[in-house]
Amino acid sequence: MPQSLEELMAARGLAPRETTFGAPWEARAFALALALADRGVFAWEAFRQRLIAAIAEADASAAAGRNPATYYECWLAALEDALAARQLVNAVDLDQRAAQIAAHPPTPTKAVSTGPIKIA
Amino acid sequence: MSDHDHEHDRDEHDHDAHNAPESGPALRVKALEAVLVEKGLVDPAALDAIVDTYEHKVGPRNGARVVARAWTDPAYKRRLLAGDAAAAIAELGYSPGPQGEHMVVLENTPRVHNMVVCTLCSCYPWSVLGLPPVWYKGNAYRSRAVSDPRGVLHDFGLELPADVEIRVWDSSAEIRYMVLPMRPPGTDNLSEEQLAALVTRDSMIGTAIVPPPGR
Repeated sequence: MPQSLEELMAARGLAPRETTFGAPWEARAFALALALADRGVFAWEAFRQRLIAAIAEADASAAAGRNPATYYECWLAALEDALAARQLVNAVDLDQRAAQIAAHPPTPTKAVSTGPIKIA
Repeated sequence: MSDHDHEHDRDEHDHDAHNAPESGPALRVKALEAVLVEKGLVDPAALDAIVDTYEHKVGPRNGARVVARAWTDPAYKRRLLAGDAAAAIAELGYSPGPQGEHMVVLENTPRVHNMVVCTLCSCYPWSVLGLPPVWYKGNAYRSRAVSDPRGVLHDFGLELPADVEIRVWDSSAEIRYMVLPMRPPGTDNLSEEQLAALVTRDSMIGTAIVPPPGR
């Protein structure tokens, strides 16, 4: 299922864009890692080693003909690993919170326009 | 697809963050952020600032200005190549990357062409080039830049004479490389600003050269 803007554009035959982020969550995951390393929650190098491992795994999947994780999926996995290693966030907490957010999406704050109500 | 559909798509995209049901990594990241905010480990405003900086403020224009200065100021070029490149870059007001890594600038000459890769992940000189393009992070570039650099340059539309030596440099967390491309001919009368406008991102990664003006 196409997810990112790039994949959607590719699916419609448009030239792949070289955007820095393919979807808002990628930018968020990127910023989280930077902010946490900046505060010393984990060392950047510790995160980078996990990123390298996740990318190596994705490369191996691709080589074996399986659908590999995307770059920012690797990034997110590395981020979760680095936090779990510091015993700051565990997968169970995260699953629970994700289920909670999915069950109670924020109320729409703005109606979606269906076009002008009158054209004279 | 009609124009109306286009408008509708864009509208939905704009509001995705507020009210679309989420799943997969988008939901995961949202949950992660919520947990971290609750624990006081991150500040959402700080995340906004980081995203804004990397999407809009830091980009290859910084590197282009470094290159143009090096082309026009021999003393600056010496400092950039010989000494502490990060310090020379900081002279133009660009702070080093968030990890304070060491920067090395590689000069292209008629005999030597440099290109940069990160074989293990995606280390990149963020402070001067912004975030790496998609292909830089991909497996194809990371492996082929090493096994067949001339073939990669061919794919980028760059054919170098056979007697030009290609040097491939592997970026790491400790050392980030940036290429100082050759100044194109026919640019003697251009200002530093006009020169900077010619410099492309790919020329500073080493997968392209800077074309002469008007090409």
